[in-house]
Amino acid sequence: MTLTFIMLALLFAGALAWFSENRWQGCAKWLALIVLALLATVFTIFVISHDQPFDNLQVLTRVSWIQTFNIEYSIALDQLSIVLITLTWLLAIICVLVSWQEIKQKAGFYYFNLLATIAGIIGVFVAVDMFLFFFFWEVMLLPMTAIIAIWGHEKRHFAALKFFIFTQVSSLFMLVAIIATGYFHLLVTGELSFHYLDWLALDMPLSLTQYLMLGFFIAFAVKLPSVPVHSWLPDAHTQAPTAGSVLLAGVLLKTGAYGLIRFVIFLFPQASMQFAPIAATLAVISIVYGAKMAFAQQDFKRLVAYSSISHMGFVMLALFAFNSIAFQGAIITMIAHGLSSAALFSMAGMIYLRIHSRNLTDMGGFWQSAPRMGGFALAFAGAAFGLPGLANFIGEFFSLVGVFQVMPTFAIIAALGLIGSAIYGMVLFQSSFQGTAKQEILDLSHRELLICSSLFLMLLVIGLYPNLLLNFSFGV
Amino acid sequence: MTTIPLFHVLVLSSLLFAIGFIGVVARKNTLFILMSLEVMLNAVGVAFIGAGSAWQQADGQVMFILILTLAAAEVAVGLALLIRMQKKYRSLDIDLLNEMRG
Amino acid sequence: MLLASLPFYPLVSFLLLILFAKRLSWRLASAISVGAMALTALVSGLLVFELSNSSSHFISVDLWHWFSLSSQQRMAEVNVSFYLDGLSAVMISVVSGVGFLIHLFAAAYMKDDANFSRFMAYMNLFIVAMLILVLADNLVLLYLGWEGVGLCSFLLIGFWYQEQANVLAARKAFIVTRIGDTSMAIGLFWLFSSFGELNITAVSELIRGVGSSEIGFSLQESTDIYWIALLLLGGAVGKSAQLPLQTWLPDAMAGPTPVSALIHAATMVTAGVYLIARMHSVFLFAPEVMNYVAWLGAITLLLAGLAALAQTDIKRVLAYSTMSQIGYMMLALGAGAWSAGVFHLMTHAFFKALLFLTAGAVILALHHQQNIFKMGGLLKRLPFESALFVVGLICLMALPGTSGFFSKEAIIAELWLSTTAGPALWWCAIIGALLTSIYSCRLFFLAFLGNERFTEKLHIEKASLMRSALLILALLSLFGGLISLDLSEVFFKIKAEELISVNEPSWLHTIAIATPFVGILFSWFYFKNYRVDSNLEDGVKTNLTASEHRFAIFCRNGLGFDSLYDVLLIKPYQLLAKLNRRDFIDQTMMSTAWYVGLWHDVMTMIQNGNLRWYLAAFGLAIMTLIGVSIL
Repeated sequence: MTLTFIMLALLFAGALAWFSENRWQGCAKWLALIVLALLATVFTIFVISHDQPFDNLQVLTRVSWIQTFNIEYSIALDQLSIVLITLTWLLAIICVLVSWQEIKQKAGFYYFNLLATIAGIIGVFVAVDMFLFFFFWEVMLLPMTAIIAIWGHEKRHFAALKFFIFTQVSSLFMLVAIIATGYFHLLVTGELSFHYLDWLALDMPLSLTQYLMLGFFIAFAVKLPSVPVHSWLPDAHTQAPTAGSVLLAGVLLKTGAYGLIRFVIFLFPQASMQFAPIAATLAVISIVYGAKMAFAQQDFKRLVAYSSISHMGFVMLALFAFNSIAFQGAIITMIAHGLSSAALFSMAGMIYLRIHSRNLTDMGGFWQSAPRMGGFALAFAGAAFGLPGLANFIGEFFSLVGVFQVMPTFAIIAALGLIGSAIYGMVLFQSSFQGTAKQEILDLSHRELLICSSLFLMLLVIGLYPNLLLNFSFGV
Repeated sequence: MTTIPLFHVLVLSSLLFAIGFIGVVARKNTLFILMSLEVMLNAVGVAFIGAGSAWQQADGQVMFILILTLAAAEVAVGLALLIRMQKKYRSLDIDLLNEMRG
Repeated sequence: MLLASLPFYPLVSFLLLILFAKRLSWRLASAISVGAMALTALVSGLLVFELSNSSSHFISVDLWHWFSLSSQQRMAEVNVSFYLDGLSAVMISVVSGVGFLIHLFAAAYMKDDANFSRFMAYMNLFIVAMLILVLADNLVLLYLGWEGVGLCSFLLIGFWYQEQANVLAARKAFIVTRIGDTSMAIGLFWLFSSFGELNITAVSELIRGVGSSEIGFSLQESTDIYWIALLLLGGAVGKSAQLPLQTWLPDAMAGPTPVSALIHAATMVTAGVYLIARMHSVFLFAPEVMNYVAWLGAITLLLAGLAALAQTDIKRVLAYSTMSQIGYMMLALGAGAWSAGVFHLMTHAFFKALLFLTAGAVILALHHQQNIFKMGGLLKRLPFESALFVVGLICLMALPGTSGFFSKEAIIAELWLSTTAGPALWWCAIIGALLTSIYSCRLFFLAFLGNERFTEKLHIEKASLMRSALLILALLSLFGGLISLDLSEVFFKIKAEELISVNEPSWLHTIAIATPFVGILFSWFYFKNYRVDSNLEDGVKTNLTASEHRFAIFCRNGLGFDSLYDVLLIKPYQLLAKLNRRDFIDQTMMSTAWYVGLWHDVMTMIQNGNLRWYLAAFGLAIMTLIGVSIL
């Protein structure tokens, strides 16, 4: 019940923020911040005080919802979803903090959308009834589209539309697969079911599962995103407001990875194993292509967006290696990328706030006037190119070590991404913070310092003590 | 008296019909379009009469009379509309009437 | 515990300096950073002393559990733990000892820089990373240090980041070494997947155990070892600026001179040598790769010597000289002369740091003039610096009695009979020594003899900090050869030394010792115009210029490697990136949108509300239908 309460509370708080902003200017952000902090605490207490261990999926609520189709309102938690929800809380708070000064128009409605998206994301991570999952998948999409379309940059409508169409079309494949699996359940057991645990127990023939798997795979590959369906991401990231980019890169992409783990690999192990060579090829292409494209960009946020494609390629490659080390690597990469890309996008937002440009050619020499900002930018770029000691290194190292045991060639090609990432990381850092000073900017404010240092500390702690995450088995 | 073969009548009527049709399509002036419509109706009438005489039946002539009345009624309504149009637009250009865009 | 604390002294100093950056005065900032280094050096000394007195051959300490990799065969624990044996003891002494002296020098050298404390912070961070690198007990921690020193090198090369040239040099250094690092990373993946271990001692014991046993390696395992050794070599080559990844080092001279001395001469660039020495067990069982190492070293040594002959920038001469001396170390490692290689690493750190720092002092005196053709006659004007430079050069040339002599002779002596080297490589080493003495003489004549070719008044710095650091280094360079390194415990031999039946020719040593003198003699006459003060002869100041011969220019530009890579790799990558900036996949995807939009336009065009058009279309369609039905 607690989780349901959290989601409803988020929506309610969002609505409250929307209405109260009209009366008291500037209260929406405080409300959002306080509510997020409170609910995050509630969630933490709930998880800690729960008496059963979360090694396996713990179904917490199971209520009948639409009886005709035997659809249930069913939510569950395991270590994977707990870790991802924790990441969501952290980034949600970061999101509110980065929007603090950026969002001036329709702030109330903005925070409503933000909180609604977060509620949707949490729903996605906890839903175990497939219909409910699909429902949350859509709930998460709409307010996000609104955030891009209303508070985005110059080409926001185009970007929002592109984001919406890509996600929507791909999720239709998933809907078809969901209905088909549910129907198959009817054929076998004589009863319609959309419950994940029922499906796990179902024995499906390979000839069928490979198509069902493909339906889910397409939806999640678009969300991840993987080449060749990545192209919504650079536009959406570039045009979204800073918090939108942070949320997109930090958590929304992870829902794709989460879906791949839970609904592709765990649900259809054999079909996915058969599909692994293709998925791994796509992943490797994503890694190398993303790195190459990132190098070519002149837009700060676009560069980071392409680097996300490259990083998420590591996640997909590691997942489809079917190796326990690689699996751990994939999860750490997810978390690490969530933190590091959120950090880089926040950095982009801070720069945009100062010079009103995202173009790298307008930047240069900021280190002179903003040494702290430069230090953090270097650290975050370092995280992006996998500097040992920071979390991304652990993720990539685990992924590649694991993949190498199974598919050495893929691992070697993917390792080229390490060179590519160094190149774009250098370009990003050097063209913004080094070189001749084009203009002077203000150094970080206390609020921004808090954002940067908390993200950096988390990256550092996971990088130096990854056992925080590695101690979990994540259902393997 | 030599009978005119049906084929010739049909050729005449199709030619007339085509001329009328082209007139309807190509003319911009609504009056001329109405006249071209008359030509088309008459082309059909010719075909009916020809057919009637070829099969030695009265149906063709009946049909022709029907068409004649129809044409008369149509012209009456059409011309009335034409006058309204002239009053409203000061022109008989039919393309002015595409306000609903299809 | 002492061992565990070693990297934390400079780390604390780094944190203090970075946190309080500009609020620290010069005095306080240098006291913190140099003090931390002094402490590090002291503790290193204690540790070395402790190691030599302890009964075991190593000291190790666990800091914390980093992570563990569990494969099917076994669980590999990767800890943050330090391991000190003879080899790493040599390294920490060099890093902290030479590092301390260079910090001392730098505190005076960089005194007037606005970002002094940032500079010292980076230097301290570098020491931290370097200490982690040499103390790491597993390859992942080593890789952490490895990347850390790379990052610091990047930061320090680009320390004066307002200059675009420095920024590009820093980027080049980082990316080129990163290519090597990636090769090394793949080597680690391979190592783990075939042996399930990443702990250096464990890997070494595993490989020695199997290799020395009766069964030996299976075919698969020996292929694996071959590739692992080759990939590790790739990492070493990148860091140590050997062929084919050597191009970053000369450009790295864009950094401040203490940086060149510390990172690009004494410590970081020798990390590759350390890596190979550390992983010698793997290399021992891949004799082909040992052979490649030797040949790579020899070729680099010759090419870098050649390039050094044509340089006009004093620091670039020294950079190429560093490259060539590391070539010697590689040659030694390839020949299996591990101790000799490490010994040369140590002595080279002494004299090359001395050379760089003295060069720095000279450059400072000449108001940042680095072109040797614009120097000359400095022997009279800067006698102290000149004397120290001479000391450095005679060590570099390996004149008998100096430290360079002992280490270089030790290398050359082992080449002839080594199974993985041989006479051809011996001759390479000799020619290299000849080249070394020629470019050293050229450098000395041009900079310190001849007529004065500069006009500004000299800026003479007499800071005692700088001078004392230089003096100690000079002493170390001269007498460092007397330190006896006993690394026999560290380096493993495959089998007991067989009695060598073939004796080496008796003239070998004579030639090896005589070579530098031949070089000096040759230069004495060949570079006469550099040496002689032409003022005395005709009373007119003749302006010396560097040779503009095409071959000279070719050598000056690093033997064309830069342009080769530019054409082969950089340009195509940039072109590809530029051509595809708009992402052709996105374009393809968006062409669907364009197609839908096109049809939208066509359809709206049809629905124009023009009755006559509808009628025409109607007629046309009827006619088509009739036509189709007739046909």
